Order: sequence, then structure tokens, then C-alpha cells
Amino acid sequence: MSILNLHNNLETYLILAAVLFGMGIYGLVTRRTLVGMLIASELILVASSINFMAFNRFTAPDPTMGQIFTLFIMAIAAAEAAIGLSITIAVYRNYKSVDTEDLVDLNG
Amino acid sequence: MNPAEWSWLPGVLTANDLSGYADTAVGIIFLIMVATTVIGGIIACSAERLVRAVAGLAACFIGVAAIYYYLNSPFVAIMQMLIYVGAVCIVIAFAIMLATPEDNKKPGPPGPLSGPLGLITAALATFGMIGLALNTMFKVHPKINMGAVKTIGVELLTTHSMVFELISMVLLIAIIGSLVIGRHGRSK
Repeated sequence: MSILNLHNNLETYLILAAVLFGMGIYGLVTRRTLVGMLIASELILVASSINFMAFNRFTAPDPTMGQIFTLFIMAIAAAEAAIGLSITIAVYRNYKSVDTEDLVDLNG
Repeated sequence: MNPAEWSWLPGVLTANDLSGYADTAVGIIFLIMVATTVIGGIIACSAERLVRAVAGLAACFIGVAAIYYYLNSPFVAIMQMLIYVGAVCIVIAFAIMLATPEDNKKPGPPGPLSGPLGLITAALATFGMIGLALNTMFKVHPKINMGAVKTIGVELLTTHSMVFELISMVLLIAIIGSLVIGRHGRSK
């Protein structure tokens, strides 16, 4: 199989999605601000969308299903980004910081 | 003149001659877009300054939109550009503008997962999923339709109409909720 024919191969997309998911996990465990963690969680969501679309293109009988699912994931991601932004701003008003180590009171 | 006779004329490229080049171009553009996605993702998860991380995230999302195009879904690719690149990245940029302290204070001691341990965690997740993807036999079903945009619209308003309505409720509640949370304590 030629390297130029990789786009017709299910495994290419699955590996790409796994790499993006790993980057999201890495960002989530190493970032020390709330905004950085928000960015990393977007990477994880996009990796799951790529998985849905890859299986939709190569194996699923009905190719509309994965596209609709991906659209729903996008809507949820937009809602999550809006809520995350407002929570970040509320935390910043109260603590004057978005560093996760300054927010230990929120541990409960 | 019949197009089949053009091919022996010098300097005339027919569709048959070009088809090989078109396949090569498609493959090369795919590799470029995969590289854009991966490099953007690396910048997004590891850049020191958050503004650079958002720019990397936008590049990553543009690459992912191209990948959706390669997966026979131009509609989802357009939606990816509109929603992720156009809205989510801008929202995160607003979060950085509104909620980043002006004085760059020195961070405290790093947590246990911030060094090589975090890298090992991410590598375990990545290689676990890659191994799972390569060692599984996926059953391929024959397609029952083409997945055209018209079919998506019909399915969205018939089979999935309940979820469609629920997702609009979720979005409405998210907008109102974020306004309420964001307004609270504004006088401080």
C-alpha cells in the first residue's frame, strides 16, 4: 500500500484519532489553568468525532448516522465551551486567578 | 475532434493522463492536512502561552475539517469550520482575554503528573487505542445509501427529531445558564 493511498484506509483515521486523544489527555493532566484544560478537552471531543466519522465512512451501513452524531457532538461541544467560559470568568472574579492550585477550596 | 485522438498530440493532456496526477495530489494534500492536525494539536496541548495554544487549536480544527472532507462528508466539514474554528476558538480566546491575570506570577511547584508521568499517561492511552484499532477486525457492512446532505436533513427531522429538539433545548439552557453564571458577582 502506497503512502499516497492512506486516505482510503480505516486504520489511518483511527490512529490519528488516538494521537489526538492522547494529546488531549496530556494537556488535561499537565495544564495548570482552567482555560488550558478547556482547550485539551476540545481535542478529546474532536478525536471522538473523527472516530465516529471514520467508522461511518468505512463500516457502517447507513452513512448519515455518523454525520448526525458528529453534528450532535459539535452542538454539545459548543454548549460545553460556553458554560466553561462563564464558569472560568466566575472563578476569576472570586479568586482573581484561574490557576488550578489556587482553587483548592473548591475541592469540597 | 474526438477527445480520444488528442492524446498523441504533443502538449495536450487528456483526462486519462491527468488522473494519475490527481490521485497523487489528493494523497499529498491528505498528508499535509494530517500534518496540520498533528502539529496544531501538539501546539494546543503544550504551548506555554495560552494564546498560542488557541492558535494551534484553530489549525488543528482546520486540519480536522479537511479530514472530514476526505471521509465523504463535506457538510460536516463546513459545520466544523463554522462551529469549531468560528465559534469555539473565539469563545476560548474571549476566556483568555477576560480571565487571565495581568501580572505573570510564578507558578508553584509542579504537580506529580506534570512531568514525564503525564507523558507516560498520554502515551499509554494513545498506544492502547492504536493497538486496539490495529488488532480488531471490523465488520464492513454494505452501504444502504450515499449519505448525501438531503438524506441527513430528512433523517434529522424524522428518525432523530426528538434528539434534534432536545439538543436545541440543551443549547438554549447552556446560553441562559452561562449568562446567569457570568453575570453573578459582576459588581466585584
